Amino acid sequence: MDTDAALARRLARDLEAGFPDLVDQHRDRLYTIALRLLGDRRDAEEVSQDALVRAFRAMQGYRPERTAELRLRPWLASIAVNLARNRRRRADDRRPPSQLEPMLEAGFDVPQDGRSSPEHRVDRRETQDELAAALLRLTPSVRAAIVLRHVDGLSVAETAEALGRPEGTIKAQVHRGLRDLRVALESERDRPLPATAPKRAAGLQPALEAIR
Amino acid sequence: MTISPMTETALLDALRDLRTTAPASVGFGALVATGLADRYAPIDTALGRAFVAWNGRGLSWVGQAPDAAAFESRFRAEVGRDIAAADALPSRLADAISRRMAGDRRVRIPLDLRGHTPFEVAVWMKALEIPRGEVRPYGWIAAEIGKPKAVRAVGTALAHNPVPLVVPCHRVVRSDGLIGQYSMGGPDAKRRVLGAEGLDTGWLEAEAARGIRFTGSDTTHIVCNPTCRDARRVMARHRVTFPSLAAAASAGYRPCKHCRPVSLAA
Repeated sequence: MDTDAALARRLARDLEAGFPDLVDQHRDRLYTIALRLLGDRRDAEEVSQDALVRAFRAMQGYRPERTAELRLRPWLASIAVNLARNRRRRADDRRPPSQLEPMLEAGFDVPQDGRSSPEHRVDRRETQDELAAALLRLTPSVRAAIVLRHVDGLSVAETAEALGRPEGTIKAQVHRGLRDLRVALESERDRPLPATAPKRAAGLQPALEAIR
Repeated sequence: MTISPMTETALLDALRDLRTTAPASVGFGALVATGLADRYAPIDTALGRAFVAWNGRGLSWVGQAPDAAAFESRFRAEVGRDIAAADALPSRLADAISRRMAGDRRVRIPLDLRGHTPFEVAVWMKALEIPRGEVRPYGWIAAEIGKPKAVRAVGTALAHNPVPLVVPCHRVVRSDGLIGQYSMGGPDAKRRVLGAEGLDTGWLEAEAARGIRFTGSDTTHIVCNPTCRDARRVMARHRVTFPSLAAAASAGYRPCKHCRPVSLAA
């Protein structure tokens, strides 16, 4: 697996030969970005696939020198973020803004961790569900900054480049986002428990202890 | 409110844990949409129904299978990529294939031969030069690509031809005149394909059994491979046969410039 810079140079030389490798190396992160921005697996599937196709078409139109200089990670992220934004706008036109429930239904894969007990895995999954739901309650611009910076793992500079915002703005948005996520997770704990979901609350407990 | 370092670490770990894996449809769908994924469709051939696979680079695989599902699993196993069914071949590709199979060697068919050795590709490109209804020995290909001793390797390369019928490996036969192996169903299938191209394989094999390797004309004093179109135009009373090129040369015959006969080991 080559670095992004090497892959960009290969794409510049022969787009069709290099593109399948770009797909292999970037599809999971683009899908993750779309899923965490939109909260719906099917939307995320379409957005991440569309982002890859648009990247291919864009590079078809670029001179090789331009393709060779692409910073693929932030560039591809910016395409996915824009497509997710357009999709959310269309969705917002169709349904009242307060309706969060459909977004909260998104499921999550638990990374395989050999040493974790089944209970621990359940706890982690609960944390992931709560955290993903809390992400979806952030404002879209703060959410995008958090997803690119701390879920995808771009640097502040790359996040700024992908979102077309100054680095200072990104830093402030990330700071605000982390603070809001923590508040959201804590207030989740104080909420009266629904009688049907005691396990869910129990699962959240260790995570809340951890972030205290 | 401030976030303590401990808290921040736990939260950042939890955010990183939100990374997940895309369903297979994401990557494959992108490749299909950009024309880079392999697709396939059925095609009628001299051997009955076969399947043709192609992608953005060209034709990638031709194979027989009892049904589409069997073809898909063979493709995945042998080529190592995913593949999706298409309604039909792209019309330009379908047209090019049918004209090629009808004998038009001027038609260009883009081929995706990635992952194969330069030697294999050289063998296949040379096989493409053999006219419809004619055959050449393995040793002919070896000599033509500048590797006269690599006769067995030529046979192996032809057996691995990913696009049989389009690259006509069936037009390459053993140097002793026997029809030889064929990846699309053995010697009988090879006879059927050659028969469909107008070659009388019974006659060819009978000649070979009599030790005839080359034929010439006593009016032109040119010696040919027996199935060369020039050789087959020679009238019976002017036709002469040779067991070897050396015998032809000592009788004063020069090699045909069309079929370029070569000396055959054993």
